Amino acid sequence: MLKRVALLISLALASQATAQQPVNFNRDVRRILSDKCYACHGPDQRHRQAELRLDVRDSAVETRDGRAAITPEHPETSELMARIESQDPDTRMPPPDQGKQLTEREIETLRTWISQGAPYAEHWSFLKVGEVPLPTVKTPSAVRNGIDTFVVQRLEEHGLTPSPEADKSTLIRRLYLDLVGLLPPPEDVTEFLLDHRSTAYNELVERLLKSPHYGERWGRHWLDQARYADSNGYTIDGERFMWPYRDWVIKALNLDMPFDQFTIEQLAGDLLPHPTREQILATGFHRNTLINQEGGTDPEQFRIETVMDRVSTTGAVWMGLTVACAQCHTHKFDPISQREYYQMLAFFNHGADVNNVGPTIDVHPGELFADSVDLDRLTELQRASNDVDQLESQRIERQRAWEATQLAHTLPRQAPETLAWTTLKISQAKGESATFKTLPDDSVIATPGVPREIYVIETVPLPAGTTVASIQLRVMPDESLPQHGPGLASNGNFVLTALEAYLGDERLSLVSASASRAPVTHPAIALIDDNPGTAWKSEVDTSSTDDSQREYTAWVSPANPVTTNGRPLKFLLKHELNNDYNIGRLQLSISSVPVDAGSDVGFMSALRTPTDKRTKEQEQILTAAFASVDTVWKEAKARVERFRTELQLGPAVKSMVMQELPSRRATYLLTRGDFLQPDREGGTIEPDVFQILPKMDPVQSPDRPTRLDLARWLVRADNPLTPRVTVNRMWMHYFGRGLVETENDFGSQGSPPTHPELLDWLASQFIAESWSQKAIHRLIVTSATYRQSSYHRAELEAIDPLNLLLARQNRVRLDAEIVRDVALVASGKFNPTIGGPSVQPPQPEGVYSFTQNRKEWRVATGDDRYRRAMYTKFYRSAPYPTLTTFDSPDFQSVCTRRARSNTPLQALTLSNDEAMYEFAQGFADRILANIPEASDKDRTDDGIRLAYLVAYARPPNRPELNTARDFLQQQQWNAAATELTATQKAAWTALARALINTDEFITRE
Amino acid sequence: MPSSVPHSASSLNAYNDLLATRRHFFSQCRVGLGAIALQQLLSDQALAKSVPTQVTNPLSPRPGHFPARAKNVIFLFMAGGPSQFDLFDRKPKLMELDGQPAPESFFPKDKSFAFIGKGAKLLGSSRKFQRYGECGMELSELVPHMGQVADDLCWMKGMQTDVFNHGPAKLFMNTGFQVPGRPSMGSWVTYGLGSESQDLPGFVVLQSGPRGPRAGNALWSSGFLPTSFQGVPFRGVGDPILNLRNPQNITPNQQRQFVDLVGQLNRIRFDTTGDTEIVTRINAYEMAYRMQSSAPDLMNTSSEPVNVLERYGAKVGENSFANNCLLARRLIERGVRFVQLYHTDWDDHGGPGANLGAPFVQRCLEVDRPAAALIHDLKQNGLLDETIVVFGGEFGRTPMGELREGIAGRDHHINAFTMWAAGGGFRAGHIHGQTDELGYHVTEGAMHVHDLHATLLHLLGFDHEKLTYRFQGRDFRLTDVHGKVQHTLLT
Repeated sequence: MLKRVALLISLALASQATAQQPVNFNRDVRRILSDKCYACHGPDQRHRQAELRLDVRDSAVETRDGRAAITPEHPETSELMARIESQDPDTRMPPPDQGKQLTEREIETLRTWISQGAPYAEHWSFLKVGEVPLPTVKTPSAVRNGIDTFVVQRLEEHGLTPSPEADKSTLIRRLYLDLVGLLPPPEDVTEFLLDHRSTAYNELVERLLKSPHYGERWGRHWLDQARYADSNGYTIDGERFMWPYRDWVIKALNLDMPFDQFTIEQLAGDLLPHPTREQILATGFHRNTLINQEGGTDPEQFRIETVMDRVSTTGAVWMGLTVACAQCHTHKFDPISQREYYQMLAFFNHGADVNNVGPTIDVHPGELFADSVDLDRLTELQRASNDVDQLESQRIERQRAWEATQLAHTLPRQAPETLAWTTLKISQAKGESATFKTLPDDSVIATPGVPREIYVIETVPLPAGTTVASIQLRVMPDESLPQHGPGLASNGNFVLTALEAYLGDERLSLVSASASRAPVTHPAIALIDDNPGTAWKSEVDTSSTDDSQREYTAWVSPANPVTTNGRPLKFLLKHELNNDYNIGRLQLSISSVPVDAGSDVGFMSALRTPTDKRTKEQEQILTAAFASVDTVWKEAKARVERFRTELQLGPAVKSMVMQELPSRRATYLLTRGDFLQPDREGGTIEPDVFQILPKMDPVQSPDRPTRLDLARWLVRADNPLTPRVTVNRMWMHYFGRGLVETENDFGSQGSPPTHPELLDWLASQFIAESWSQKAIHRLIVTSATYRQSSYHRAELEAIDPLNLLLARQNRVRLDAEIVRDVALVASGKFNPTIGGPSVQPPQPEGVYSFTQNRKEWRVATGDDRYRRAMYTKFYRSAPYPTLTTFDSPDFQSVCTRRARSNTPLQALTLSNDEAMYEFAQGFADRILANIPEASDKDRTDDGIRLAYLVAYARPPNRPELNTARDFLQQQQWNAAATELTATQKAAWTALARALINTDEFITRE
Repeated sequence: MPSSVPHSASSLNAYNDLLATRRHFFSQCRVGLGAIALQQLLSDQALAKSVPTQVTNPLSPRPGHFPARAKNVIFLFMAGGPSQFDLFDRKPKLMELDGQPAPESFFPKDKSFAFIGKGAKLLGSSRKFQRYGECGMELSELVPHMGQVADDLCWMKGMQTDVFNHGPAKLFMNTGFQVPGRPSMGSWVTYGLGSESQDLPGFVVLQSGPRGPRAGNALWSSGFLPTSFQGVPFRGVGDPILNLRNPQNITPNQQRQFVDLVGQLNRIRFDTTGDTEIVTRINAYEMAYRMQSSAPDLMNTSSEPVNVLERYGAKVGENSFANNCLLARRLIERGVRFVQLYHTDWDDHGGPGANLGAPFVQRCLEVDRPAAALIHDLKQNGLLDETIVVFGGEFGRTPMGELREGIAGRDHHINAFTMWAAGGGFRAGHIHGQTDELGYHVTEGAMHVHDLHATLLHLLGFDHEKLTYRFQGRDFRLTDVHGKVQHTLLT
């Protein structure tokens, strides 16, 4: 009995030592001081009483007024002991009105600790991950790998033995559910059960780690931490497109991207030198923050909310710390000052997004996944995309260089009025339906034709040796036109989007364009910018009777003068923007001298204006002009389009990404975390990491570290938190509980690890394996500890009811998405497509009764009904109900661990939800298809066996078989019937429905 | 298979013992027998006799430590924290000093407020007050209906809490702790007493107002207690929960056969694994099945007499606090142990949309009449004796005003605020506690949140120090290591 008590105590973890045992500060003392004393005698200066700190030994042992709180080795003279044992409410500590009384046992622990010299130790999680030797165990046969030595050793200490290995059915289902989140196909199960080679298990592990569904399964865990969702949050909660980020995560995990790189790309991919598209896309991690679209909100307020969320998420995900406490005041329990919080915030304070969509990157569905498209072609596409991105990022420089060459152009240019123009004789003019009449001055008049006409005008062949250096298009009035023209619109106007010139079949590259008149918003350069969305147009003053006011002339020049060599000129005039605004009358001329419009709207005048003096319009003209001649860029873009068409990629969406402002914002401490109360007197705060942790060594600018420096620091091998926190969460998913139960609080208020050496050993393995996550998965799932049976054992219930010592596996209810996924797989309808836009499977009525506005939910009719649940569109304000019923988080903020409830609502969902019922029907169809022979007397049992194999990867035991058979009979199943009636089908549907409703079905055993 | 569970009373301990014995038996057997043979044996046994009722139903009713004064609780939670100064705690002095700077002493070094700081000015209520009933409780013009039942209520004007932020303060009021993850009051009570209702959850949560309360479902979480005891949120209109109807073409009889089969298969699995989560799931299916008929019946408020609907101000088919109050009575009638109503949002800091003018008046209009009607109705139906009704928010508001865009409100205040309780052993028409002339401190009759918890548990038949659950090596209580039963409030 005594032994049992001792064991229970040590299992309690916040345990107390007896006088004979050495007290361990971290294990035994810190929690007491932290819980009961630190609030007033801890790190928080503002709330500190009597200038006494008990978290720092120097302060605790310092003599004040002749007494010290702690006199090492002398509890009897220690003021602390006197106070905690005092019966006088005025002197007793903690003060009785705070109600934090110490228990007798806690008082004894403190006494023993002081008598042993009151040794302090730094908090365990802030200590460097140590080298841990593998312990020796008495029963090496219980050990498969390093993990087991730690677990078995602890069990042996307590006189316990591990559970036997689970049966093979359980193992294959366990591995499938844990690694890919799907049911094992019955063929695989049968094969595995019959495979008696010793390597069979490890081969299965490798196969599953290579499955593309691995990235989905573990990506979902990561997406919880990334608070990924498909809507903006708050009350409006509009749709957003962040699925490319989701797909990035899946892909990165499938490629086993090392966790350090995985970290750096998500936190600061945009700041890497020459980032790739995917590295920029990865920064979507911190763009999963909410956007408040309500009218009248202060964007700055919500920008700060976002930045704070990025700080607390980073703290929780990588450091396992509750840093948000320090937002309003210095952390009461952990050594994080309020100032340090804002130093951390200063890393994230320079994003270009301000409660809005902000910077984005175009991503096409399917683009990210190599297995749905040709890998080589995709690589080429990505290379081409990178080229385009790079050219675009260098556009300004390239444009300036081009402008310089244009300026230096040797050809003389002249004002158009001074030139000699040769009017072109027209051999043929036609439109899509418009017809033309030629006038004596060689101009043509068009009939209305169809809206948005394209005119094709061909001249007679020009005499050999004719040089074309300029082209003139006169758009002319005529009495026959509405309002006398010059356009065919009822108000006399035209809108021309393009003028293309061809010599024979060769298109001339037109580089300069100007006009006698043009609205500033519609300059003539629009004619040659290859953009159907821009146009040159007329603005006729209909009150004027002066028809000369209705004449509009445009001049364009080819890049270099061309010689006709007897070929005809051909012109395309496009009216792509407005119905009916076609040109009414026009005349074309050429000149052998390049034209200079000399007008304000002209290209040349923009070019000649120094860059710093140019108007916005002038800059636009030049940019458009450059774009129209930027063949390198045009070709790169065309190449990308070609690949995309070839690879059948859908239209792009704009995925939100991080981007730094060119100039940084000043960061101030916000009083009480209020964005309206920056502490300007306290001065600006520069980015830095918490003092308690190793110093950072910023690479680029030592005095102003960036997000990239932070990211690199987080995954430096000497960072004590990141590797521990990460492997602990992986462990948590396999055992239902982390080695540190408070996986998001590695601070002094958190629970200490149940197996501290094992945690450190795993963390050091993680680093030794170059941060390979798959290496850790492999290590865990091939351990004997993982492979144990999860059955309860009476002797354990009594002494280790929470199974902290891991003398067995734990039964773990499946995550919300997986609950749906396994039913879907059982139905045989599963669509294994990876990634792409989120989908909308059927959901029950009434989902929106508590939201501000109803979301559009277009129920998928095709294969998208049968995608994995992680692809279901997730509105934060009105999540897919099946998911929340099974404890999926709402993704308002970081979720590092999901709750697991067990409720009647889950029962109602599994039994009555439309989608679930559809899956049951599919499951039944699948079984019936496999037992078609009415003459087969074992037909019923075969069906039941198959159903069990599908649902549970095992055969039914006798009671189960009998129960199922009786049930089918009750449902009027007739095995001898040759025809499959509705009743017959319904019987199997009812059985299938029950099988997907059992506890076992939604549990990883 | 049993389609309903007998209402046999068994003590909590007996329930736990049974669970333990059951586990013990199966586990012991496993040790001595080969796995296959054992599986066979156990499953056959399980077929032969069903698992004892007490094991499969963690919600079966059971008595507490001593005879209870009350059986049920309805907690009207005013999310955001209503201003006691403008409803319940008339302060002539504060009205007189309206606009004067608050004394220095209001901002001691060790205290902070959520938003305001030194320099904040006193804000007297602009509301008219009037005395009601024999108890002479002074109430503002905004809660006239509460005035009509003033003599049925026990007024607690010396409430105190520990935390001034909404999420943590709501958690504190509900669970006794500021962080999520602890069992809520409703969970403790259903854990302790089970529920009289075998076809509705023991702990139901209803919600009205523009949005759900901050801190969300952590407020009705069962924490480390078994999940059977967590609060179940109901929608106020239509089907209270999704998927209440059978799939198309499934008859009630087929549904029953289906649920029986699931239960049977689960029991076989429990025999093999010994995991009591399966017991919880078996129970959840039974409960779900019963809810399919009981929940629509519950929601059918059109069967209520017109004068009752009118008294509450409830419109059939409308999601409102009024409708939820009526549903609360119907839930209690059906044996539900703990009903919690959240109404948002009382967080009137000032500024457009959240101030002591129109928004505050609107909240009062939504709440005053139905809350009073609930008391009246319970009394008329003889339910008030055994049902405790509690009214209040997570904290009160400051005597100092807070200006936002020139429009006044009040900041969060934890030192003193007002709540009321009625029925189930609370003294009717009793005014407990007083605050100083500016309403900043409690001068008499302080009642901490822990004390409220202790008192509620006492009336329900529990020694709050003994209603515990062992978690991570420690015996946890709703009241942590605090709480005093306030006997002066009780009859």
